[in-house]
Amino acid sequence: MLLDAAGMAGWYAYLTRSVGAQIRGGEAVAQLRISRERLGSHEDHFHILLALDWRNLGKFASEMPLAPSSLVIGDPEQGEAPAELLASGARQAWLPMKQLAQAIAGGRANMVAMGALAGLLGLPRKVLDAVLDKELAPKGEKALVASRAAMEVGLEAVSSLPAVARLARPQRNGASRWILTGNQATGLGALRGGVRFVAAYPITPATEVLEWLAPALDEVGGVLVQAEDELAAINQIIGASYGGVPALTATAGPGFSLMSESLGLAVASETPIVVVNVMRGGPSTGIPAKSEQADLNIAVYGLHGDAPHLVLAPNSVADCVLTTQWAVHLAESLQTVALVLSDQALGQARVVIDRPADSVFPTRRLTAAAPAAAVPYQRYALTDTGVSPMAIPGMPGCQYTADGLEHNVAGIPSSLGSDHLQQLDKRQRKLDLYDYGSAWADVEGEGEVALITWGSCTGAAREAAHRCREAGQRVKLISLRLLAPVQAEKFSLAMDGVRRALVIEQTHSGQFRRYLQAHYALPAEVESLNRPGPLPIRPQEILSRLAKFGSV
Amino acid sequence: MSTHSGLQSECASPTSEFYDADSYISSVKPVWCPGCGDYSVLAALTNALAYLQLPPEQVALVSGIGCSSRIPAYTGVYGFHGVHGRALPVATGLKIARPDLTVLVASGDGDGFSIGGNHFLHACRRNVDLTYIIMDNQVYGMTKGQASPTTAPDWKGSELTPAGTGVNPFQPLVIALAAGANFIARCFSGEPANLAEILTQAIQHPGFSVVQVLSPCVTFRPEQRQWKNLVRMAPEGLATDMRTAARRLMDDDGLTIGRVLYKGDRAPFQPQSAGGKKLADLEREFSL
Repeated sequence: MLLDAAGMAGWYAYLTRSVGAQIRGGEAVAQLRISRERLGSHEDHFHILLALDWRNLGKFASEMPLAPSSLVIGDPEQGEAPAELLASGARQAWLPMKQLAQAIAGGRANMVAMGALAGLLGLPRKVLDAVLDKELAPKGEKALVASRAAMEVGLEAVSSLPAVARLARPQRNGASRWILTGNQATGLGALRGGVRFVAAYPITPATEVLEWLAPALDEVGGVLVQAEDELAAINQIIGASYGGVPALTATAGPGFSLMSESLGLAVASETPIVVVNVMRGGPSTGIPAKSEQADLNIAVYGLHGDAPHLVLAPNSVADCVLTTQWAVHLAESLQTVALVLSDQALGQARVVIDRPADSVFPTRRLTAAAPAAAVPYQRYALTDTGVSPMAIPGMPGCQYTADGLEHNVAGIPSSLGSDHLQQLDKRQRKLDLYDYGSAWADVEGEGEVALITWGSCTGAAREAAHRCREAGQRVKLISLRLLAPVQAEKFSLAMDGVRRALVIEQTHSGQFRRYLQAHYALPAEVESLNRPGPLPIRPQEILSRLAKFGSV
Repeated sequence: MSTHSGLQSECASPTSEFYDADSYISSVKPVWCPGCGDYSVLAALTNALAYLQLPPEQVALVSGIGCSSRIPAYTGVYGFHGVHGRALPVATGLKIARPDLTVLVASGDGDGFSIGGNHFLHACRRNVDLTYIIMDNQVYGMTKGQASPTTAPDWKGSELTPAGTGVNPFQPLVIALAAGANFIARCFSGEPANLAEILTQAIQHPGFSVVQVLSPCVTFRPEQRQWKNLVRMAPEGLATDMRTAARRLMDDDGLTIGRVLYKGDRAPFQPQSAGGKKLADLEREFSL
């Protein structure tokens, strides 16, 4: 509700939540950042921490860094704030939320808390009332009245709390704003790209992509089918795509591993599909509700044989729309697999952003026309572009059998070296020859020092770069969106003049660094800032590492 | 379901063309051993399609991996040769996305009941309008002779299980019934005319139709040449309720052929989308 209120009042905002491993109830913390500027990550520390109780603090303390200027608000009934919080030097204040709530019929402590926070932040009363109406009216008049009263009490209590730094007033730049999560944005991107068939198997933290798509597809004339497992999901979308309908599924690490065999089938049979992996802590079952970027290797290298394909990664919540849409476009144009690597940090963040621009990708699947008589149709004909016209079932005269077996140009299974080489060349060539344009990466700024990153680390890197420039230090930021096929030439052009690079990623083994070293030209001086999940890399950490570089 | 634009204009409008069995055969020479039962299955299938006069371009045949699964390339319809055990999900996605097509599925006992077992259960349960032809030779032929889920426990012909598997086979048709299949029959490749007739019924019956075809592997199960002396016509009386069908199938020794054993009336699963909204309408959900 605070997020929605801030957004309605004209601020940008960024909300993440951390919950325990259990499915319902239990410990939870919400982390909210509000700014008049566009946001892509959390700050280095929180200005306010409000706790309804101190239980389970140990599970979250590392995710809630505080500074001496921070204000910790607790309920006196819960006792002193834990020492580990106060070690930061933060100030402590008291708000008897439970007691205040109990004085109201049906009052709840969290609504008192919300009122207090809204008051501290300076959120206008009008938007608070609007948000409350929207959220609580469905729960009935009594709940609404009680919540309003509790919020009032919280607002009034602000005068008893120490002051915090005021939020700069929002600027209305005229652009319309949206509130959505990365997972919703991913679903929208899929529809914008033309996906009209989705097979779904639930898995944390990808399930919401599928749950958003289920009613949305129905409304635009598509279908979502719940599959019995990920093996069924990946093969269902292959079937639908073979039938001519752009298709997609979404999963996370364990499901992605299951799908790897059939990803190869789609590559070999040249059937366009898109698979979204909302990455989480690995390996194996790992940490389902936390973020990490360690599925890069399996995305790029995880298919047996030489199976070139596309790997893309959105680098912000808004970018989930464009990147997913682009992935559908590329998969359809190149008749291959496009993998989209999102992650829990993007997928489950709920943000206020500028409405994403409409992106138009004019090309589409190259389909076959009915052939001239006596000219047999060749599904895998060799062409200049490497892309062969694809017959769609229903087209007369073009019947063929798509195959995971290696085949000749007609699609007949073949074990001949000459056919294998021809088809391998073709499947590689079609990706190599394609013009991916400027969307392969976000390249920002100029300088001899570069931050190189991808995915959800981009927000913090962008903020660090911004602060560098404000302090008069030039720095370049490169955030890769198209991870495969390698864009070595474009990368070299982007890196022109860079003498030192800091590679930033959320992995233990430095997967992204090793990938860059294997395929791209890096300057002699490269360092890594890599850490596994669950803690996000914050702007100050990047700045501290840059400072250690010394002056170039 | 929105299909690719251009598809409509390129689809042939109904013609007065007549399709004979040759319309459904390609020029590709099968890899099967001489005497393989699958040759007869191929012939019976083409006869069934000719009987139904389905335009070849409107038919799709999806398969997995194994000798039986090679069949799509030998036909003149649209084919998809997928990976081991995953024919049914491919066919499911295809049929739901393209309800206008007639979608057939072919595989063997290993592909269909071992690695493909889970999908078999759920395909029966989901009841999409598909026809599933399982060429059962109680062996993995392509990989040169291992036991399958329908192999007797004391078959000692496999180097992988030289003392026999010691594990009872299961009865796929009982499982099909329990899981919700809408049409169940068993045939024998040595009775191709009968097989063709049963296939026409299976294809025409809405929902998930299962046709198990005893189809001898002359190379790794040469004793199956005796099947022609062992199979016999199933007793008459089509079961249309599950209890009767269950009793009948549980009593069965796996060698009764030639009649439809069960026909249900469950409506096939074919989601209809409401449609009618534009993306711009959906996007309003996010607007502040």
